[in-house]
Amino acid sequence: MTASPPAATVKDNREKLLERAMSRYQYSGDALIEVLHTAQELYGFLPPALLKTIAHKLRLPASRVLGVASFYHFFSLQPKAAHTFVVCLGTACYVAGALGLVEALDRSGAKPGSSGAKNDVSVQTARCIGACGLAPALIYDGVVHARATPQLIKAELERIGVK
Amino acid sequence: MSVKTLEIDGRMLTGRTGETVFAVAWDHGIQIPRLCHVGGLSDVGACRLCLVEIEGRKRLQASCLTLIEEGMVVKTATPKLKSHRKLIVELLLAERNHVCSVCVMNGECELQDLAASHGVDHVRLRYQFPSLPVDTSHERFGIDHNRCILCTRCVRVCDEVEGAHTWDVCGRGTASHIISDLGEPWGESDTCTSCGKCVQVCPTGALFSKGKTVAEMRKDRGFLKYIVTAREKKQWIG
Repeated sequence: MTASPPAATVKDNREKLLERAMSRYQYSGDALIEVLHTAQELYGFLPPALLKTIAHKLRLPASRVLGVASFYHFFSLQPKAAHTFVVCLGTACYVAGALGLVEALDRSGAKPGSSGAKNDVSVQTARCIGACGLAPALIYDGVVHARATPQLIKAELERIGVK
Repeated sequence: MSVKTLEIDGRMLTGRTGETVFAVAWDHGIQIPRLCHVGGLSDVGACRLCLVEIEGRKRLQASCLTLIEEGMVVKTATPKLKSHRKLIVELLLAERNHVCSVCVMNGECELQDLAASHGVDHVRLRYQFPSLPVDTSHERFGIDHNRCILCTRCVRVCDEVEGAHTWDVCGRGTASHIISDLGEPWGESDTCTSCGKCVQVCPTGALFSKGKTVAEMRKDRGFLKYIVTAREKKQWIG
């Protein structure tokens, strides 16, 4: 057990909000996924101590909670980097040159699939984000960019201070 | 309780309503191969070795999860099924590092027995050679992920019989692996009662008692029936 949730401050009401979410579902174990969603929204990622708290409150075995959290790509067990790139590798985007985007991001030093905080950039790939008309699509910090180009990535990386 | 009649491999057999094809077949001496099924635990259909052909159904069905129906015609050992089973065993062998010659269960392993009975003399697939850990932090037992076939027998026995639910499956796809609690070393688990049930039900050398060397590990296959019968029927049949 290494990472722990960010230290609570006086103004930190995340614990209360999570508690409220769990009580809305009557602390039912069936609501695990919904509760994990809320926890991830509040904390940005799911550290072991937080998973343990959730397991305890929902009266579930800890191993099942980690099993569920690790199964879905949506849940992150490590802190996220400051900037996130998600390259869509669906068929349409692939054909339109999504691999060029991945290559451009390679230069940032962040490997696809890693949420490693090297250069504070995390690079992920997605199967299809359902925006085939925008191919190749890139989600940069939560915003979808249509017909993304390696030049755009290069410019963005420079803007945030990566080489 | 109502009884249903069905045909398995050309024999007319009867079973109780709610019984699975797998259970009725085994009751009558038709030994459908299996790796994830263990008597006394729930079935999950994870290993796909018990697939059977049922007349009128296009797809192969996992017999451990298929309930018997009146007039069903089941075939358990057609050439197609045999070739599928052989491939499944090869896939399992190629997926992780199953090196029998240095395994504690050599000679007693259910996977090894299946490979032998299905004529797997070589593996036609490329071995994956994943880099996997061996956790020997527990005082009495060890888990070698190289030998694990993810049958989840340990997960189910820990949850359903012991009630601790120390084990579960973490990750997905080829990254799936068995974890104790929040992925801590087994020896640091607060929920493990060290009962050893998981070790006894494990079909391979993935879970083993410490102090056993190559081919020395023997597992007690009868204990589970004893405990489950005692719990459910209050009968202690040794």
